[in-house]
Amino acid sequence: MRKDSNFFVLVGTIGLFVCINIFLMASGKLPFSFDGFGVILGAGLTLAIYSFLYKDNPAFKIAENLYVGVSLGYTIIITWFNFLKPDLYDSLIVPMFSKAATKAPQYALIFPSMLGVFMFLRFSRKLSWLSRWTFAFVVGLGAGVSIPRVISAFILEQIKPSLHPVFSGGETLFSSVNTLLIMLGVISVLIYFIFSVEHKGAIGKISKIGIWFLMISFGASFGYTVMGRLSLLIGRIQFLLRDWLGVLQ
Amino acid sequence: MERFLRIDRRIIFASITVAVIVSLILQFELPIPASEPVQEIYEEIESLPKGSRVMIAFDYDPASKEELQPMAVAFLHHCFSRDLKVIGMTHYPGAPGLAEQAMTSVANQYQKKYGEDYVFLGYKPGSASLIINMGENLYSAFPKDFYGNDTTTLPALQDVDSLREINFLFDLAAGTTIETWIAFGKEKYKFDMGAGCTAVMGPDMYPFLQSKQLTGLLGGLKGAAEYEALIRKKANAVSGMRPQSVVHVIIIIFVIFGNIVYFTTRRTRHA
Repeated sequence: MRKDSNFFVLVGTIGLFVCINIFLMASGKLPFSFDGFGVILGAGLTLAIYSFLYKDNPAFKIAENLYVGVSLGYTIIITWFNFLKPDLYDSLIVPMFSKAATKAPQYALIFPSMLGVFMFLRFSRKLSWLSRWTFAFVVGLGAGVSIPRVISAFILEQIKPSLHPVFSGGETLFSSVNTLLIMLGVISVLIYFIFSVEHKGAIGKISKIGIWFLMISFGASFGYTVMGRLSLLIGRIQFLLRDWLGVLQ
Repeated sequence: MERFLRIDRRIIFASITVAVIVSLILQFELPIPASEPVQEIYEEIESLPKGSRVMIAFDYDPASKEELQPMAVAFLHHCFSRDLKVIGMTHYPGAPGLAEQAMTSVANQYQKKYGEDYVFLGYKPGSASLIINMGENLYSAFPKDFYGNDTTTLPALQDVDSLREINFLFDLAAGTTIETWIAFGKEKYKFDMGAGCTAVMGPDMYPFLQSKQLTGLLGGLKGAAEYEALIRKKANAVSGMRPQSVVHVIIIIFVIFGNIVYFTTRRTRHA
């Protein structure tokens, strides 16, 4: 399609969108209020984002950049009012500098605040070395807190069901088969990832079973991903048909 | 035959869109039986006595709203109908608006009062360290709620000093928060936990069901629909199952058709 015809498609689509909204407002299907304009904005942005499926275009670019900007702005505001203001500004800064403050300043907050400020010193050539203190603190604390908890929750607790007895009395036939399958899957996949031994003979056959288990797992993940992406599409179309056009009840 | 391999992908997009629109407009019922992980969460909530504390972590943002908001609404319906005290919080800065909307709208339907029957603590960064802080002292982690109220004065939080006093935690996750809650919360402070997650994350969560680290799981819009059907509050998720099923059939047909065309063309080329 030529450039000028692309322009006419875009202008035509925007014109159609405007006409539909005028009709919806005139017929009373959309209220002439902030709520109504919010629905129109949501519908317009949804259509602009999905227009990328046809072709990259200026409407998509505007919606994309708007999304990035709005989410960043929203995050900054939420972080300020939910975290920085109550936990730092009201607890440390206000009591330190305001005579009307009723609470004593929490001086313990100075140390973590300074570490936070040091992160920004990466932009300074002379003082960027101070940011390493913060990184050292974050890495040290993170590793110390995470290592025991991760080993316990993700390795030891996960090994338990893999060692579950196949026949322990109260098992059904189905759950016993399930346990056997899990055992076979764990062993064959582990063997597939042993690269220090050549995959020949018995090792080769077991690692092939491992590949089958991996493929089934990737297939399940892909199936779930398709379902997830479709759910997003269904949600947006529900919004367009119900909230915007009023076709669905 | 080869021209089918070069089919314009926009035809596929258009057919999927038409299928979704038609199956949303046409009203037909599809059975939505509850899977075992969904049933487990339902049973857990049913087994809690009145006044028990349920914490909901709204760990998602508008990008995952279509899958997780119906779950949140359905779960809130169940909690409020059972007269449970609900405590909301989030690790995501994009979540407070969605969480507040869900909690307020459902609470109003059951005449629940803010502060007495439910509380929204809002957003705090920190992830694992926030969970540990909540596990040691909930009031030091959240001295104020989302609306700026002192959390020590809220009746719904009476006798709740830490995560140890929570009867059930339900994490609605669009990221890695389920693993974080398990490792730093559930395993350390010993509370029962269930989760709802996006469909993309679903397969990764099954090992936690196997190890009983999760009581139950709601996976994607299907999980939400099953929960809506269980509590008899059919809404967005249940109506979304019609297009979901129809489009899945269309995709399967496309996959089979594509493979038949591919192998037929390959055989023709080799001949």
